[in-house]
Amino acid sequence: MKLPLWFHRLGSPPTFYAFAARLQPWCYGLAAALAVYGLYAGLVLAPPDYQQGDSFRIIYVHVPAAWMSMAVFVFMAVAAFVALVWRMKLAETLVLTAAPTGAAFTLITLVTGSIWGRPMWGTWWDWDPRLTSELVLFFLYLGVIALAQAFEDRRAGRRAACLLALVGVVNVPVVHFAVTWWNSLHQGPTVRMFGESSIHPSMLWPLLAMAVASKLYFAGSLFARTRVALLEQEAGSAWVRRELEARGHV
Amino acid sequence: MSPKQKRRLLAISLIVLGAGTATALALYALSGNVSYLYSPTAVRDEGLEPGARFRLGGVVLEESIQRQGGLKVGFTVTDRVNEHAVFYEGILPDLFREGQSVIAHGRLREDGVFEADKVLAKHDETYMPKEVMDAMERARGDGASPAKAY
Repeated sequence: MKLPLWFHRLGSPPTFYAFAARLQPWCYGLAAALAVYGLYAGLVLAPPDYQQGDSFRIIYVHVPAAWMSMAVFVFMAVAAFVALVWRMKLAETLVLTAAPTGAAFTLITLVTGSIWGRPMWGTWWDWDPRLTSELVLFFLYLGVIALAQAFEDRRAGRRAACLLALVGVVNVPVVHFAVTWWNSLHQGPTVRMFGESSIHPSMLWPLLAMAVASKLYFAGSLFARTRVALLEQEAGSAWVRRELEARGHV
Repeated sequence: MSPKQKRRLLAISLIVLGAGTATALALYALSGNVSYLYSPTAVRDEGLEPGARFRLGGVVLEESIQRQGGLKVGFTVTDRVNEHAVFYEGILPDLFREGQSVIAHGRLREDGVFEADKVLAKHDETYMPKEVMDAMERARGDGASPAKAY
């Protein structure tokens, strides 16, 4: 198995630094535009739900955040795999720069779900399979972040964190299928990739806009955080000095 | 790929495969033993003893809700095969009503009534504007009684 050349090129810190710098404003800009549309259409234009009234509108934050909480972990697992097998430093960095954003999305999911659950279900929290596995996911994120800093040797800590990100990914299908495998409190999936979604189109479009916005936001923040991390890691190398000189910092 | 990378690929793949298999086996074993909730049929089949604590799940049977003064309420939970009487004292969630899926936490009394200390309303995954739901119900009503049209 031979990796393509562009992959090797992108793996080099200065190339990735420049690549991320070019894409970052586009990601942020598109994410902001989509979020403005999604939030306005979702919170103002969309009609109230026949059962839940206006309370259903929390879906526009809760569901995109929940999707991201799983997607970011899968991304981290793939990066961790590359980091562990090919010892690619950039992939290690990506695992660690993605983790806080993923943890934030997971926390948003748990908090918004709890706020919605109080009036709708009648409880802030229940040890339902979906809720419990999402909480485990949150602890896995914290574990990855903590493990990376728990070792004297920085490289060893990062490798341990990568291993946890890789092994922890088995929890993601549990989160996703928890509502199908067990008859539980949390409702089943509303939006389906295959087959008909059980949500009216007037309510669906803002949700999809928010889903894409959250993905673009993640990409933008990942680029921004990785660039900072690369400058830190490569401090003292020739390309960092050139970069700083070009900006008049040295 | 160098031999070293191949070795790492194999080792890492085995670790992930092992973790995945272990989780799958644990979940499979759990699914046989642990029930998040019992339906009225399951309560009967499993022969749960009075005093047992569990979650009872099902739909609130139509015309079964009796307000017994104060916050006391009695109702029947059904899975459309078997039924089970529930007693509860406390505040019911917004979505609680006839035909709604509910999950009651509590224990079985000596007289066979399930005494709940918490009643949760389960929400379904359908999101619909009110007008659309009304229109759908009208359409369903028309379809059910075509004789009226004549």
